[in-house]
Amino acid sequence: MSAPKQTPLPAILLANHLLDGDVVFFTPNGWSRDPREALVAEDRATAEALEAEGVAAFKRQEVVDAYLVDITRDSHGLPVPNHFRERFKVRGPSNRPDLGKQAEFV
Amino acid sequence: MYRYDEFDEAFVRDRVAQFRTQVERRLSGALTDDEFKPLRLKNGVYLQLHAYMLRIAVPYGTLSSRQLRQLALIGEKYDRGYGHFTTRQNLQFNWPKLRDVPEILDLLADVEMHCIQTSGNCIRNVTADQFAGVAADEVEDPRPVAELIRQWSSLHPEFDYLPRKFKIAVTGAQHDRAAILAHDIGLRVVMNAAGEIGYELMVGGGLGRTPMIGKVVREFVPKDQLLTYLEALMRVYNLEGRRDNKYKARVKILVHEIGIEEFRARVEAEFAMLDGPSIPADTEELARITAYFAPPAYEKLPAIIPAFEAAKRANPAFAAWVESNTFPHRAPGYTALTISLKPIGKAPGDATSEQMRVVADLAERYSHAEIRVTHHQNLVLPHVKQADIFALWQALGEAGLAEANVGLITDIISCPGLDYCALATARSIPIAQSLQKRFADLSRQRDIGPLNVKISGCINACGHHHVGHIGILGLEKRGEESYQITLGGDATENAAIGEILGPGIVAEEVPAAIERLVGVYLAHRKDGETFIEAVRRLGLAPFKAAFLQEAADAA
Amino acid sequence: MLLDRDGLKADLYRRTVGHNESHVLVPLADIEATLAARAGNRGIGVEVANTTKVADLAPHLDSLALIAIAFPSFSDGRGFSIAKSLRNAGFRGTLRAVGPLIADQFAYALACGFDEVELPAESAARQPIEIWLAAARAFRATYQRNHNPAGASILDRRWAAKLGAAKLGAAE
Ligand code: SF4
Repeated sequence: MSAPKQTPLPAILLANHLLDGDVVFFTPNGWSRDPREALVAEDRATAEALEAEGVAAFKRQEVVDAYLVDITRDSHGLPVPNHFRERFKVRGPSNRPDLGKQAEFV
Repeated sequence: MYRYDEFDEAFVRDRVAQFRTQVERRLSGALTDDEFKPLRLKNGVYLQLHAYMLRIAVPYGTLSSRQLRQLALIGEKYDRGYGHFTTRQNLQFNWPKLRDVPEILDLLADVEMHCIQTSGNCIRNVTADQFAGVAADEVEDPRPVAELIRQWSSLHPEFDYLPRKFKIAVTGAQHDRAAILAHDIGLRVVMNAAGEIGYELMVGGGLGRTPMIGKVVREFVPKDQLLTYLEALMRVYNLEGRRDNKYKARVKILVHEIGIEEFRARVEAEFAMLDGPSIPADTEELARITAYFAPPAYEKLPAIIPAFEAAKRANPAFAAWVESNTFPHRAPGYTALTISLKPIGKAPGDATSEQMRVVADLAERYSHAEIRVTHHQNLVLPHVKQADIFALWQALGEAGLAEANVGLITDIISCPGLDYCALATARSIPIAQSLQKRFADLSRQRDIGPLNVKISGCINACGHHHVGHIGILGLEKRGEESYQITLGGDATENAAIGEILGPGIVAEEVPAAIERLVGVYLAHRKDGETFIEAVRRLGLAPFKAAFLQEAADAA
Repeated sequence: MLLDRDGLKADLYRRTVGHNESHVLVPLADIEATLAARAGNRGIGVEVANTTKVADLAPHLDSLALIAIAFPSFSDGRGFSIAKSLRNAGFRGTLRAVGPLIADQFAYALACGFDEVELPAESAARQPIEIWLAAARAFRATYQRNHNPAGASILDRRWAAKLGAAKLGAAE
């Protein structure tokens, strides 16, 4: 069996809030709805700690579907996912700039 | 329209209470996430990219003004003020919170609605011809049998954990507007040689990864044997359908693997063993349901209304709208009117709460408080007096709902795609928008004539791309969105699966590519020949050449 | 954990065949031998996979006291159709669903002809018996005539109510 694919670094941990459904990010101060606050794992040990947080929060019935997303920092140092799917997940629907994170956290 | 009695009412109320306990048990850990998932799906709750999504059943696409107003209210109170009508004639809200869903279900139950089996591996909401009960080419209104199937399939103890989802579509007409050949079961009301009314059943149609056209499994099922026959068919599928591979679990694969003759033989064997009379509703029950669908009391009207004809002559924009958005009604002086939810540049099928209220009010005033949802993601006012059409058109115009493009190239079917959907491989809505802008000129659209463009954001094909005259499928290619174009699909009685024209192209190239396909048609069409007819006559070659030529130039 | 519509239940059946056992549960492959060796013993049960054909069980229906049908996962609903088919074929003994069902399926299992559910410890630990009993009563009535006792489906109740109302009307 091949090992599960490792997420390249740097990476952030995102999930959906179990009761609200909203996308949440793990930050130095716990989970936040604001992508700008996401804790960025630059090394493997931090990434593993993030994943463990995801599993723990899932077990506490707080979040679902937690996973690491590899990112690049933009010119302001903010994390931007490398894959287009996760970019939409972090921003909101591209046809509705008035909705989602893109409208709330600029 | 069907109205709940005390039993139907108790049933949906119990369902809401049940879902409340399911959410509580998920939070307490009594249910694992894996266990909760199918339960929430069977109540229409998906987890999408940004939020949960709630899919509300609109049984056979029929809504009352009161129901549409309630949907508008839910959209405002629990969502972001808009909803999305789907190819399954349902309504989706994109932003509800799981904690609010039980309350939303309560509000739906207040107006005789629910989300039961709008997702999950069970028998889904039954869809129907949007002109049921109105169309002139109809043997019989298929809605009573659709309602009977809705009741029979709701929480069916044996068929709620099927190998895969199961979709049923019904029509009573000659011309298929319900895409019955693209469903797990397609049902057509027919009359046999003896003059009795019954049902022709097609099985094994479906889109998705392996698109297939339905095949006739029984040419005539007598009315009183339908549920028995369905029970036999579902039992064969439940026991024999593949469960080892999600992509091979639909009934179409079983039918394909064992052949329609063998499938039919197994169903007939099961059917022969069943105690027929113990299963179906009594004829009284079907009569009880049918009575709800009695046509409204139409006024005796002349077939031609001079004021209406004069308004068309005086106002070409109105005349154009009438030409594309009206459908002949059985009753003289009446019309079934389609409200396009495809204004140029908007997400296909989206309606704001405000627009829902406008439509609800207009339906109340002009269409016996009845609205239909079409699988083309539009709305229909089924019983409009011709004398009222002009006033209606003006009122719709004020609400941004008077687009005169029904059936034309900008009347695009599009799934939500990667702007919302967690399963998507690419976006759909922006592709629809770019095409609408490219072909916005109405006189050009009218010159091109009937043309169905259908877009899906992944191979699941919710946007029916396989059966679009032009189909567009969003995929991922080397970390970018890529679009595969198909040609020649057809969702009607001439059902056909479109063929792939060539390698995928990037989003920016899509409008020009579609333009080239339209160009081939315009250059080669004969008098009165529609796009799809020309494709059938000319074959794929000239279109493929045009498609590939430019792709080669671009490379 | 074994339960039926009345609550928790002691499991009399043993899956190992010992000489003195009165209730045994054997695999389909051993059924002929077991029946031959224990002629007259009324406590013989068979445990089958949910791929078993009803036709393979048909010859033994009168001699079996119990048929246990495996649910490899709660999402695999084949067992419901097997149970219903066995009842249609005239099986009158006990039908047991074995596997990680969830409480919300209890009413379905009963409606398809099962009498009891045998749960693995892990799902039993999460779903105490009260949840199962409440789930079985979640709906006052359901639609399917063929999966409800005579007169209990909504279709039947609806007509009973109509007739009742008509009689009342006539009496007035
Ligand atoms: S076709 Fe794919 S992307 Fe579109 S709605 Fe269906 S699952 Fe989502």
